[in-house]
Amino acid sequence: MSKRLIDLQHITKSFDGQMVLDDLNLYIRENEFLTLLGPSGCGKTTTLRIIGGFETPDEGTVIFDGKDITKLAPNERQLNTVFQKYALFPHMSIAENIAFGLKIRKKSKAYIEDKIKYALKLVNLDGFEKRSINSLSGGQQQRIAIARAIVNEPKVLLLDEPLGALDLKLRQDMQYELIRLKNELGITFVYVTHDQEEALTMSDTIVVMNQGYIQQVGTPQDIYNEPINAFVADFIGESNIINGTMIEDRLVKILDVKFPCVDEGFGTNTPVDVVIRPEDVVLVSPEQGMLEGDVTSLIFKGVHWEIEVLANGYEWLVQTTQMHPVGSHVGILVDPFNIQIMNKPESNDEKAVESDA
Amino acid sequence: MRNLKRQLLAGPYLIWMIGFILLPVAVILYYAFTTTSGSFTFLNVSSITFSVHLKALLLSLKLALICTIICLILSYPLAMILNGMKTKSQGFVVFIFILPMWMNFMLRILAWKMLLSNNGVINSLLGTLGLPKLDILNTPTAVVFCMVYDFLPFMILPIYNAMARIQADTIEAARDLGAGTITIFFKIILPLTMSGVVSGIIMVFVPALTSFAVSDLLGGGKVLLIGNVIEQAFMQEYNWNLGSGLSFVLMIFVIVSMALMNSRGDEGGTGVW
Repeated sequence: MSKRLIDLQHITKSFDGQMVLDDLNLYIRENEFLTLLGPSGCGKTTTLRIIGGFETPDEGTVIFDGKDITKLAPNERQLNTVFQKYALFPHMSIAENIAFGLKIRKKSKAYIEDKIKYALKLVNLDGFEKRSINSLSGGQQQRIAIARAIVNEPKVLLLDEPLGALDLKLRQDMQYELIRLKNELGITFVYVTHDQEEALTMSDTIVVMNQGYIQQVGTPQDIYNEPINAFVADFIGESNIINGTMIEDRLVKILDVKFPCVDEGFGTNTPVDVVIRPEDVVLVSPEQGMLEGDVTSLIFKGVHWEIEVLANGYEWLVQTTQMHPVGSHVGILVDPFNIQIMNKPESNDEKAVESDA
Repeated sequence: MRNLKRQLLAGPYLIWMIGFILLPVAVILYYAFTTTSGSFTFLNVSSITFSVHLKALLLSLKLALICTIICLILSYPLAMILNGMKTKSQGFVVFIFILPMWMNFMLRILAWKMLLSNNGVINSLLGTLGLPKLDILNTPTAVVFCMVYDFLPFMILPIYNAMARIQADTIEAARDLGAGTITIFFKIILPLTMSGVVSGIIMVFVPALTSFAVSDLLGGGKVLLIGNVIEQAFMQEYNWNLGSGLSFVLMIFVIVSMALMNSRGDEGGTGVW
């Protein structure tokens, strides 16, 4: 494992008495693509701004490459930011925008020329030097913003929802571009988004945040397949989250039916949250199923059908490539391996805190 | 057809423009280049070189320039402070700046005449405090002072407008790229507010250059600006030809100064004109 490059220790921040981050601890490794993911107001952007130096934490320390940089101004930090709304300088040409940071560092003219060429090539906009900012589309502007940041050879690139203002197709293209850039540059990316698909596509590590607390840190696979609580399960993709009772190890009762599962250590007769992904629900003939139900809704989604099945009083969300017309009677089957058991939070507050420890 | 209807909407303005701008200018041009008997002459225009006219023109240029510079020096930092305030208090402060503009222009000048006069409020206040009297009425200082007072909002508002349009992101991006406060000011804030500065300069310099009411009331007949000379030509000497000739010269100065400022504004990249 590569070394820790950024270490956030006990970060607390509030605005106008409103707590935004509460004792946040997080480290970022060298060369990783780390995504801060969460709904708006979860504190992800504030975390990024604290790393960038645009906000000072009320308490806590920011360590960068072994040095305490908590009180350092943004212009003295070895990292660069790509802003959501591009924030290009409208009175400068594209070349001047890219050269801005290099001129401040008093680099030679030849060096700057070279760097501009290199950066424009990297973002697939060679030959755009003389163009004005206003002649560019949103996607092109965001590429220039990225080029402007990376010419300074930062150790870390901070990206604050950089694709938020782009349309879907362009956003998907840019996701691949960003992965390619990250690999070519070999630097650390810290990425903020509320789009779970974006996070799953690009990240090495995802940090799921809610209400100022980190919910779960892990690889995209970890987060998707083994969400630690109902919030994460619900936020990352669609889920069936059902009340259940853990009868004993490897056996859970859901909707009055006993399902074998693979989880252990929850005790006996413990109330739990059970998460089953819609693509893990298998529809079979009624006699083959563990429980039976009726199809209440059918929507074509392109790759798959999205079906709702009412069974034992619960509306199951199912994604399948097999079509089952509305009103048909079906059986439901779930592989034990695809049943995810989670402790119930004791209160709403704990819902946010529980994975913080 | 639809286009024609749209053009018709401009009709009232067109009539206004022809009746109150083009026609008067044509009349002025006619008088400027003719004698009282109606024959062609350059004399009215070239009479600007008469020492009394030239002196008035130069004094007008000088006072307008001083007034513009003072307004600029006062306005720019003020616009910056204003822009840094909370949105709510910004509106209130802008309102206070605009408030005097709701009062009649002549009334404000008259008020300053009373305030500044020998036995006026300011001097009696200074007297009770045992301080020396402020004897600036009927001097160029009083004229400049009052012009600054009158024209200051015209400088503040365009600069403040340009400054308010700068996104917080843009400043943060510059800081992020390593710029300190001074670099940010000279490379980002100043160039991005240049259009406002140019509008402000034009909106202060041009009326200051052509003003005659301020010097009339606060100059006590001792401060003769080109505006006063023109006014006298029309109103006292009834010499419309001379007045038009001098007006023509003044118009040239106004047009040239606006053109100069506009070309500067274009360099800034975000000209408003």
